[in-house]
Amino acid sequence: MQATRDFSHYVRHLGSGLSHIDLAVEGVNCAGCMSKIERGLSAIPDVTLARVNLTDRRVALEWKEGTLDPARFIDRLAELGYKAYPFEPVRAEAVETEHASFLLRCLGVAAFAAMNIMMLSIPVWSGNVSDMIPEQRDFFHWLSALIALPAAAYSGQPFFRSAWAALRARRTNMDVPISIGIVLALAMSVAETIHHAEHAYFDAALMLLAFLLAGRYLDQSMRRKTRAVAGNLAALKAETATKFVGADEISVVPIAAVRTGDIVLLRPGERSAVDGAVIEGQSKIDQSLITGETLPAKAGPGTAVYAGTLNLSGALRVRVSAASEGTLLAEISRLLDNAVQARSRYVQLADRASRLYAPVVHTAALLTMLGWVAIGATWHDAIVIAISVLIITCPCALGLAIPAVQTVVSGAMFRTGVLLNSGDAIERLAEVDRVVFDKTGTLTLPELDVTNAVDVPKDVFELAGRLALASHHPVAAAVARASGARTPLAGIEEVAGQGVRGFVNGLEVRLGRPSFCSADQIANEILCRDPEASVVAFRHGEMQHVFAVRQRLRPDAAAAIATLLKTGIEVEILSGDREPAVRHAAEQLGIHEWRAGVTPADKIARIEELKRQGVKVLMVGDGMNDAPALAAAHVSMSPVSATHLSQATADLVFLGDRLAPVVAAIGFARKALRLMRQNLWLAAGYNVLAVPLAIVGLATPLVAAAAMSGSSLLVILNALRAHRGAREFG
Amino acid sequence: MEVLVFLVPLALTLGAIGLMGFLWSLKNGQYDDLEGAGWRAIADDEPVSEERVPSRGSGRH
Repeated sequence: MQATRDFSHYVRHLGSGLSHIDLAVEGVNCAGCMSKIERGLSAIPDVTLARVNLTDRRVALEWKEGTLDPARFIDRLAELGYKAYPFEPVRAEAVETEHASFLLRCLGVAAFAAMNIMMLSIPVWSGNVSDMIPEQRDFFHWLSALIALPAAAYSGQPFFRSAWAALRARRTNMDVPISIGIVLALAMSVAETIHHAEHAYFDAALMLLAFLLAGRYLDQSMRRKTRAVAGNLAALKAETATKFVGADEISVVPIAAVRTGDIVLLRPGERSAVDGAVIEGQSKIDQSLITGETLPAKAGPGTAVYAGTLNLSGALRVRVSAASEGTLLAEISRLLDNAVQARSRYVQLADRASRLYAPVVHTAALLTMLGWVAIGATWHDAIVIAISVLIITCPCALGLAIPAVQTVVSGAMFRTGVLLNSGDAIERLAEVDRVVFDKTGTLTLPELDVTNAVDVPKDVFELAGRLALASHHPVAAAVARASGARTPLAGIEEVAGQGVRGFVNGLEVRLGRPSFCSADQIANEILCRDPEASVVAFRHGEMQHVFAVRQRLRPDAAAAIATLLKTGIEVEILSGDREPAVRHAAEQLGIHEWRAGVTPADKIARIEELKRQGVKVLMVGDGMNDAPALAAAHVSMSPVSATHLSQATADLVFLGDRLAPVVAAIGFARKALRLMRQNLWLAAGYNVLAVPLAIVGLATPLVAAAAMSGSSLLVILNALRAHRGAREFG
Repeated sequence: MEVLVFLVPLALTLGAIGLMGFLWSLKNGQYDDLEGAGWRAIADDEPVSEERVPSRGSGRH
């Protein structure tokens, strides 16, 4: 049965008779790829637009409605050597993009206004010491007000809104002192202008806004980029299902197009993307992603199948009970919600700093005002000086301190293969003192591997590999992969539940269960030595061989764990797998603390217990059964091969077969936290220097501008050092 | 000093034109892919779809 591919779900119909689709493309990372793809796709007749986005690694395509099948673009890209998948932009991502462009717009307006007001301020500053007549000065001040007030009203929105929301909830955040400072500075400047005073602070207020918006935009663009790439990864994993559209007609459709009650075909070697019940067929299924149990379970009519389950031997017809939201998934996401809520009480470094900062600044300003009144100044002069204190302590360095470091570090992490899902993950990761690993798929590679390859002659191994290519069974696939065979044998016949057989040079070859190849005795010997391995037998004429197949540890797992232990971080394994398998892995890696056969609820319980002891836990896991524990932990990480749910829950995602990115990420995070703290101290230090000047009434606009820009620049330069991050972990 | 009556509005107009230009380019998605845009500028031969740019070679750098 050859299935058709139906991507119509992803196609958007634009008004003007054009259709649009977004494709996530793997392996686009240079200008060469960009023009190769654009040229290749534009060559298809009726394509009106083919544009690669190099930042997001995506292609946008438009063509005349009804003339082309989107599957053709994917084939064309495959011919060009790129793997592509249709991609549905997530709503959260669209909102984020919109917000980023709003911030950029605000930044543009604030920067325009600040520059023009400064242009007007320079004649005022120089005029104050030379020959400017008061009417001219007032004219310039009024002109500044005309630019500053509308510009601040527009570009200050991100701060005003958030400050208002915080005040209404009777909380305070960083935006409250910012908003108060800006509004007071503007109001005071207008009052000063009315009273023909020498100084106004329009330039300071707008420059403050521009710097703060730059900080916000940096923060935002870091998150946007990683989210876009993480979204591509989800699309590249291509969660599709083979659905029956007629009695015997099947079609490959995206999961989002599958409804409850549909019937899907689950072929051997395929991973289920839905929850449901088997209505036809016999097979064995591997539920390790959900339960952590590596031994396959029997499945027949009536058996419940969950998303993430791997079908091993026979084809199954499954009636869908839940596609994207399901019974098991619902249960897990309930646990998830609870865990996420528990964690949201974590306070980010910037917020903690601003909680200290706001009362100190406001008290200082108030005391300054009262002090000046006490020593005989007029109320007017006292208020002017108090406001200059508020302005000069502007939190713009404070506002840039954290996002600048986050942006640089997320770039550096990206290059070592770690994607950040949330900004405050860096701070939480830096505090980790214990790493809890799941075993299956996390410490081990997601795929199986042949362990006794050296015992089998090379030519036999290759023949077995060529035979194995005919089978979908994961154990056979492991043999095929390990042998490096490329050319499948012709005329192979599959014996359901037993294996595959065929003929080579007149001799029969078989690959499958030991009994199918009459190799029970050899198999038993291997199983005695290595009880958790799976075996597959091979028979060529009268000659028999048995391959032992098992999950292999990630190539650098031992080294990574050793590094962690050396730096004083404790390591623990929590696995749903059976005891011998976990014990074996733990012994190989030198991990003393491990638990086997734990359920998702047990995992949460263990993590909560560690939390109560004050331990900051990094949970690393990939299965659906890990998702709640990932959410419950102080900070969490998933390999890119993890289930969709786990990846969405994890704070960080790492790419590749190695475990080194996990260690590197901790190193980067620690360095980043150090730099963030330094930056906060730098910002505070500048204030300590500048505030006394303001308090004694010496803060001319020039001093204020110099202090502000100087501290901001210093903070950004310091953040750039985060590039050379994880040296301490090698 | 009378020259100010002429210079100040001129300066503000120029600034406003710059701002308009920025907002226009932002709305047209020119900041969506900064990485790609950098490379496009130096690519010698860019694929051109016929509808957008009628004659090849015009306005290409």
